[in-house]
Parts: sequence; structure tokens; C-alpha cells
Amino acid sequence: MRKVYKLEGDICGNCAAKIQDKINKLDGVNSAKVNFLTLKFTLDADDDKFDDLVKQSVRIFDDIEPTCTVLVK
Amino acid sequence: MDTRQKRTRNRIAVALVLFFIIELLPIDSWFASPTSVYVEFALFLVPYLIAGYDVLGRAVHGILHGQVLDENFLMAIATIGAFALVFFPNSSPHMAEGAAVMLFYQVGELFQSYAVGKSRKSIAAMMDIAPDYANITRDGELVQVDPDDVAVGSQIVVKPGERIPIDGVIVEGSSQLDTAALTGESVPRVVEAGAEVASGCVNLTGVLTIRTTKPFGESTVSRILELVENASEKKARTENFITRFARYYTPIVVGAACAIAILPPLFAGLSWASWIERGLIFLVVSCPCALVISVPLSFFGGIGGASRVGVLVKGGNYLETLAQVDTVVFDKTGTLTNGTFNVVAVHAESGIDPDLVLSFAAHAEAYSDHPIALSIKAAYAGPIDEEHIKDVREQSGHGVKAQVNEHTVLVGNDKLMEECDVSWHPCDLTGTILHVSLDGDYIGHIVIADVVKEDAARAIEALHESGVKKTVMLTGDRAEVAEAVSTRLGIDEYHAQLLPQQKVEVVEQLIDDEQKRAHEHGQSEAKRRKVAFVGDGINDAPVLTRADVGIAMGAMGSDAAIEAADIVLMDDKPSRIATAVHIARKTMRIVWQNIIFALGVKFAVLILAVFGLANMWMAVFADVGVACIAIVNAMRSMRVPKE
Repeated sequence: MRKVYKLEGDICGNCAAKIQDKINKLDGVNSAKVNFLTLKFTLDADDDKFDDLVKQSVRIFDDIEPTCTVLVK
Repeated sequence: MDTRQKRTRNRIAVALVLFFIIELLPIDSWFASPTSVYVEFALFLVPYLIAGYDVLGRAVHGILHGQVLDENFLMAIATIGAFALVFFPNSSPHMAEGAAVMLFYQVGELFQSYAVGKSRKSIAAMMDIAPDYANITRDGELVQVDPDDVAVGSQIVVKPGERIPIDGVIVEGSSQLDTAALTGESVPRVVEAGAEVASGCVNLTGVLTIRTTKPFGESTVSRILELVENASEKKARTENFITRFARYYTPIVVGAACAIAILPPLFAGLSWASWIERGLIFLVVSCPCALVISVPLSFFGGIGGASRVGVLVKGGNYLETLAQVDTVVFDKTGTLTNGTFNVVAVHAESGIDPDLVLSFAAHAEAYSDHPIALSIKAAYAGPIDEEHIKDVREQSGHGVKAQVNEHTVLVGNDKLMEECDVSWHPCDLTGTILHVSLDGDYIGHIVIADVVKEDAARAIEALHESGVKKTVMLTGDRAEVAEAVSTRLGIDEYHAQLLPQQKVEVVEQLIDDEQKRAHEHGQSEAKRRKVAFVGDGINDAPVLTRADVGIAMGAMGSDAAIEAADIVLMDDKPSRIATAVHIARKTMRIVWQNIIFALGVKFAVLILAVFGLANMWMAVFADVGVACIAIVNAMRSMRVPKE
């Protein structure tokens, strides 16, 4: 499954790259993209783990760049 | 500025005022020597904390979550360090500096966040060509619905001033369309019932009823937006290099900072205060933000700016390659020429009206759907009286024979004329020549040719001016036609009568030559001069894929070509290629300016710091100051000169 989430707040290119790297290393993630210019987070991951991976991703965002939050609808 | 930025601004202002008040207080005359330092220390903590409490908070948050080397942490250490120097003997007091550095850093961060926000906004405005509603008639009333919910084949109404939300065909009404958002073309397009219209155009004058031919998601405007948004994910080599560089740069500089702060005092017995300060300067300079923000921003700006003039670049990597293009290969038909046959001349024998020649030819060809027949009928504006046409016989590949108004009419090539014993004479124009005879007498010929695009000559000239060394034309057409077109346009080299597969071979050969040349000069593959191919997509997909950069004509090109291409020209104008090359080169210039400037300043400050010649101010400038300047410079890539 592939989903695009909007980001709110501020994020720099460096943090975006760090977050993207970390999420990509999670088990079950096919590809994750954090675009600091369009403020979008794209997650492509296995269906059965998807919800859990979204939660983990949100936590990674919070760890690395607490001023930027993922808008999970 | 958003509310968060405004709050930060106010906070900085308050801290700044406090800072200057404290700076002006005659503390030294109020307290005796050791006490005065501690009073100053306590006082400066106030503006420091007002300005930087969030940085300290985030630094703690980072440590708790395993993010040791982030920017906040480095700033916290550096400024706390400046304060802590007070506890070292023989150090000059640094409290003012600690507070000031934090203030300066916050001003820089604020400006940086403002600048990035601003460029995000201008990018968003550029992308704001997708209408968020469509008007449909329901129970006799016009209602606005989500364009996503409009089924293919339904009718939508577009009022003057609105954007067309979905691709379709005009059923009713006529108007002028502003296509600037899609093509960069400033002259409005006149449309009427039956015309196909693309979403994203602005309806200027009349109300249009449109029958949709595509769902919203597959309409032109949605596809453009998707292309441009995904473009920022295909990273240029330079961009990847910067990301990799940042990954090593920070830990190395931080390591150096520790070494500088600890080793010389420990082993050489030098002053702790002085060397710790040098270490702190290293820490502040260790953030790679100037690069990791400004480089992607430049590429994104370049891609966005290009899309504004109707050039869609599918990724930063293609923009980078385009900047290195040295050879541009064109397909002829549909790229340099319109790809449609037109009557370019009617040469009648003396004493015969050219219109008569055209009229007989049009009647004889009345039932044919061949492109040549269609072009004759298009040129002959008069009515065709089918009642007077009899016995039409196609002469396989040579022409047509028919009875028109009780006359025997022959229309065809020289072979047909020979066959029927009509004396004919050749024409000095290049193109397809159709001879016409009436009752066995030669009455003249019609010249049909593919017309060269209006801006084709200018396109080639502009490419040469921009430094492209070689232009090449490939065509399946005959050599005479190829020669005529390439001479007229000033193209350096042409290859005629090629099969689609041979076009690939020619492009491969050109790439091969460049590779050999690069090899001889000891250049790497990445730095080699590149070969671009421009085609309209009919049979071109393999060549588009094989070339270093494939450029497709978007409006006329096939979907397969747009898929295979790296760059799409929305309005089919070859002159846009020079514009694209110009944008690509400008973007790369900006990228390298930023890389050299940012690294230059950072290394300069690092070296000065080693020798004790740098201070905290310089360090903060090398961090946020440089980042701000680089961002402002990067934003230039968005501006594209209008013609």
C-alpha cells in the first residue's frame, strides 16, 4: 500500500534526509520519501504492517524533528 | 510569516532589547571585580533563555531520543560553553557573546524558515493550476462538484475566468483560452465547438459546455502536477553527493572539535579556555544545512520555473544532464516540421487557372482519405460536387483516375503520367509532386510538403548560441527533403531514409563518439558531454530512452513517448529546447555557486578557528548566515525569462 501524508511545521533538508533514511530501514517498508519542499511524506509498505509502520514513522519524525508533525488523517 | 514565526520574531525582539540594556549597564562600577562577572553572567542568562529556550528544549529532546548531533544540540553546547568559560581562569568574559550568538542564530533560523516558507509558497502558487471544482448542470441548475466525481462523457460548464478542470471536447460555445499555465504561450487560443481542450487552460471570453473525455486524475493538469511533484524525488548527482557529503561532514567536524578542544591543552599545556572556544566554533560550523536545503531548492526551483514556460522536466537528474548537452538530435517530422501535409504551391501550365488545377484534383481525390488527398481538399476551399464524379479508380500507389464533369482527370506521380502517355515536366521545389492532366493534356502540378515549424530555424540558432556544438536531424524521409530542410534551418548534419531502428543506431553512435572523446580526455562518464534527442513520439520511444536526455513533444506526442521521455515540451515548439538548456545551465550555476560559497566560508572559518583568529560571530555566520544567502540565491532558479 502506498499513501501520501501532508507534513505540518518546519523541516530542513538535513532532518528530512535523516528521517527518510531511518524509516526506510524499518522492516516492511518498501520505500519512504520525505519531501521537505512540498512538505509531503510518502510511505509505501506492506499492507498488514502498514498502520504500525505509520505509527513508527510518526515517532521517528517526533524524535528527529519535533517541530514537524505528520498529519495522519 | 505564519503565527509561529511571528511569535519567534517577537521573542527575539524582546531578548535583543534586554541584551542591549544589560550591555549598557555600568555593572563594573556597581560591583567589585569577581562579583561583577557573576552578576553579568546571571543577567545575560535572561535574554539568552528568552531567545533560545526552545533550542535548549529541542537539544534535550534530541539527546533523550538518541539524536546527539543535531543542530540544536550543537548550538546549545556552543553557547553554554561560551557561558561556562567564565569558570575557567584567565579567560576573557564570554557571557555577552554566548547570549549574542544565540540571538544571532535565532535571527538566522527565523530568516531561513521564512525564506524556505516563501519559496514553498511560490512553488505552490506555480502549481496552483488545478481547479478544485467543476460546474455541472443538475435539475436545470449549475452546481459545483469535486472534479474527481465527474464521470467521463459528462458535460461540464466553464464560465469566463474559470479554469477548465477536465480534458474534453467543446460541445457548445466559443471562446478564447489562456494556455499560459500549460505552455507558457501568451497569445490566447481561439476555440469553438468540436475543439479539444486541455484542463488547466483559463477560459477568457465565452461560456463553454465541454464533454469530458478523461477522468480528472488522467487529465492534463493532474498529470503535469504529478510529474513535477515526483520530479523532486529523482535526485541529481550533485544532490546525492551533497546528501552523502553531509553524512560524513558533520561527524568529522564534531570529532575535530573535540580533538581541538582537548588535545592541545592536555598535551601541550596550552590554555583550556582558548582551545575550548576553538572547538566550540567547530561545532557551530559543523551543520550542513546551507547545502542540504539550498541544493534541492535550486533544482526544484529550476524544474518549477521550466514548467511555467511549458517545459516539464521529470527530475533534477535530467536537468543536470541537460546542462551538459552538446549534441541535439532532432526527429524531423512532427518535431521540426508540423507533421502534416500541406499544399505549398500550385504550378499551372501557361494559360490555365491554378484554381482549376486544384479544383479538378480535389474532385478526383474526393473519396480518398490518404493524407495527400486530405491536404488537397483542405487547400481547395470550394464545394465538391459529388454528382459529377464518376468512375474513380485508384492506380495503386501512383495516383487516381476519375471522370469529372465528363472529363478524364488523372492525378498522380510521374509514373502515372508516363503510363498514360502524358508529357509532364519536373518541378524545382522539393516535396511530393502531384501532376494533373485533363483529357490527356498536362495542365500543371501541385506541390505538397510538410511545413517547417515557424520557430524551427530560431530554435536551431538559439541552441548554437547557447553553446550546443552540433545539431543533427534524423528522418525516414528522402534525402532531398532532408537536405532542403536541414539547409534551411542551419542544421549541421542529417541522416535520411532511416528506419526507426536505425535512428537508435545513429544516436548510439553519437553517444559512443562522445564516450570515446571523454575517454581520450580523461573525463569521467558523469562529466562527459551529453546527447539529447527530440522527437514527437511516433516510433520514437526507443530513441528517447536510449539518448542521454529524451525530449518529447507533449501536445502532439503519443502517451508512450511522454512516458519514455525525460523532458516534455507542452506546446511542441522546438525553440523551447534552448530555453530548457538555458534554465538547466542557470540552475547548475546556482547550485555550484552555493556549494563553493558555503563550503568556502565554512572551511575558511574552520582554518581561522584553528589559529585562534575566528570568533563565535563568524561561526554563526558560517552556519545560518551562509544558509540564508544560499537559499536566497537558490530562489533565483525559479525565475525564468519570458520571451
